[in-house]
Amino acid sequence: MKRSAAVPRNARNALSAVGRSASEGSPPTPLLSVRGLSVRFRMRGGRHIAAVADADFDLAPGECLALVGESGCGKSVLASALLGLLPGNAQTAGSALLGDVDLLTADERTLARTVRGRRIGLVPQSPAAHLTPVRTVGAQLAETLRALTGTRKQDLDAAARAAAERAAFPVDHLDRYPHELSGGLAQRAATALALVGEAPLLLADEPTTGLDRDLVDRTVDELRRHVDEGHALLVITHDLAAAERVADRVAVMYAGRIVELADAACFFGTPGPRHPYARGLLNALPERAFTPIPGMPPELGDLPPGCAFAARCPYATDACAVRPAFTDGVACHHPPAEEPARA
Amino acid sequence: MLELDAITAGYERGAPVVRDAHLTVAAGEAVGLLGPSGCGKSTLARVAALLHRPDAGTVTLDGSRVTGWRHRAPRAQRTAIGVVFQQPRLSADPRLSLRDLIAEPLRATGRRDEAAARVRELSRTTGLGDDLLGRRPHEVSDGQLQRACLARALVLRPRWLVCDEMTAMLDASTTAALVAVVEAYRRESGAGLLAVGHDRVLLERWCDRTLRWDEVAAA
Ligand code: SF4
Repeated sequence: MKRSAAVPRNARNALSAVGRSASEGSPPTPLLSVRGLSVRFRMRGGRHIAAVADADFDLAPGECLALVGESGCGKSVLASALLGLLPGNAQTAGSALLGDVDLLTADERTLARTVRGRRIGLVPQSPAAHLTPVRTVGAQLAETLRALTGTRKQDLDAAARAAAERAAFPVDHLDRYPHELSGGLAQRAATALALVGEAPLLLADEPTTGLDRDLVDRTVDELRRHVDEGHALLVITHDLAAAERVADRVAVMYAGRIVELADAACFFGTPGPRHPYARGLLNALPERAFTPIPGMPPELGDLPPGCAFAARCPYATDACAVRPAFTDGVACHHPPAEEPARA
Repeated sequence: MLELDAITAGYERGAPVVRDAHLTVAAGEAVGLLGPSGCGKSTLARVAALLHRPDAGTVTLDGSRVTGWRHRAPRAQRTAIGVVFQQPRLSADPRLSLRDLIAEPLRATGRRDEAAARVRELSRTTGLGDDLLGRRPHEVSDGQLQRACLARALVLRPRWLVCDEMTAMLDASTTAALVAVVEAYRRESGAGLLAVGHDRVLLERWCDRTLRWDEVAAA
């Protein structure tokens, strides 16, 4: 697979080491700390759908975590939970601490006034839909600046230009309307808006869906630049190539659970993924074996009591009828031994 | 042979999105067409699938020149081509169950009695179980709906397939699964394929040859 990220990976590791504590064993102070996060939806007839179960992860400043998995695996629900944007029939458990705020229990007023835009910047999935169609990019930036930073009227122009430049949005396009922008520029405009509040945590939900490969690379390289400047970034994506390019660590979700959490270089390189599902997902890539995982994921409303991947797993045994605990970075009774080096 | 010769096409008079495009797919061949979004490749795919009348140029299908598009295309030509689009939700009637969705082209061509057997066969190849076949589009995932849309494209046993960004919204495993279904059908039927997309790695792995948009159409 092509590896030509904007920042060489070892330089990147050095950078993220700044965020980590110097001494082994004392973990870095995370910016975001998620423990036992679960989301259930109450459906008609009293049924429940467990969309996210027991998610645990930390995210430090200057670090990017990619949450990968197929559509419907729960990763977007997890993002909505962090933003306090779940629908009314959702019930949450666990905690998601961003500094002193628990994102799961904070009231809407706190979330709207102090969290969204100010402590979490959202880089949206479809920027064209996120931007207001009837206002120019410059006007939207100015309005967001006034709302989030209290910039005075006479300074708004200069501040809007500075905000555009930070996201590499060309200032001579500030008077354009969203429909006059290419997909790439719309993405940058949306990123500029996400960065206005100087939020320490950026959350990007499928930021590359529908973009051409070149544009995917540019978009994730720009996101990476903000990480290297000290932001923490949570990227939610089904695009493994994008995840490989941007992330320091990867969390793989399957049927609502994080089944593997690994260093990105180890995951995409050697020794490779450890969970059989993650291994199958990588092997499905056209640059690898291009072999699908047999079958389809189970319904979230009808999960088996044991490992949710068992019906599709080549390594399944009787032991897998019991749900595997998440230990040492993987939730599997029989994580396969290291894969032989690929030709 | 599917031949597109000097095609110019668009949606507004005087503002074509495709200019002077040339493309030939031989019987049984798989050709990839690679281009950035917005370049006009989807419009050309619609011309090739007889869904969009070009402003100029000719389309020749298995030796006969195409003279009508959409409902004006002769049935024999229309049914020779199966099409799959990027966004299954835009192309699937939300009121139909997946079973009826797949069978719909058979009903529309008066071959209702073949429907049950053919749907059963296709549900096996596309991996859709009985439970899923009874659901409507909003009750299934994008990947499951796209499996149904591919089954519908195959239901009349077309000699040609046009896949326009068929897997752009899907994860790696579903992508590989759908491509495998297309390839199994092509092996068995000898159908030709035009696969339009923006993912070079995917198209080069999938197709016999892959053309860049600037090799096919004028700037
Ligand atoms: S727990 Fe068992 S079924 Fe689940 S992934 Fe591991 S080996 Fe496969």
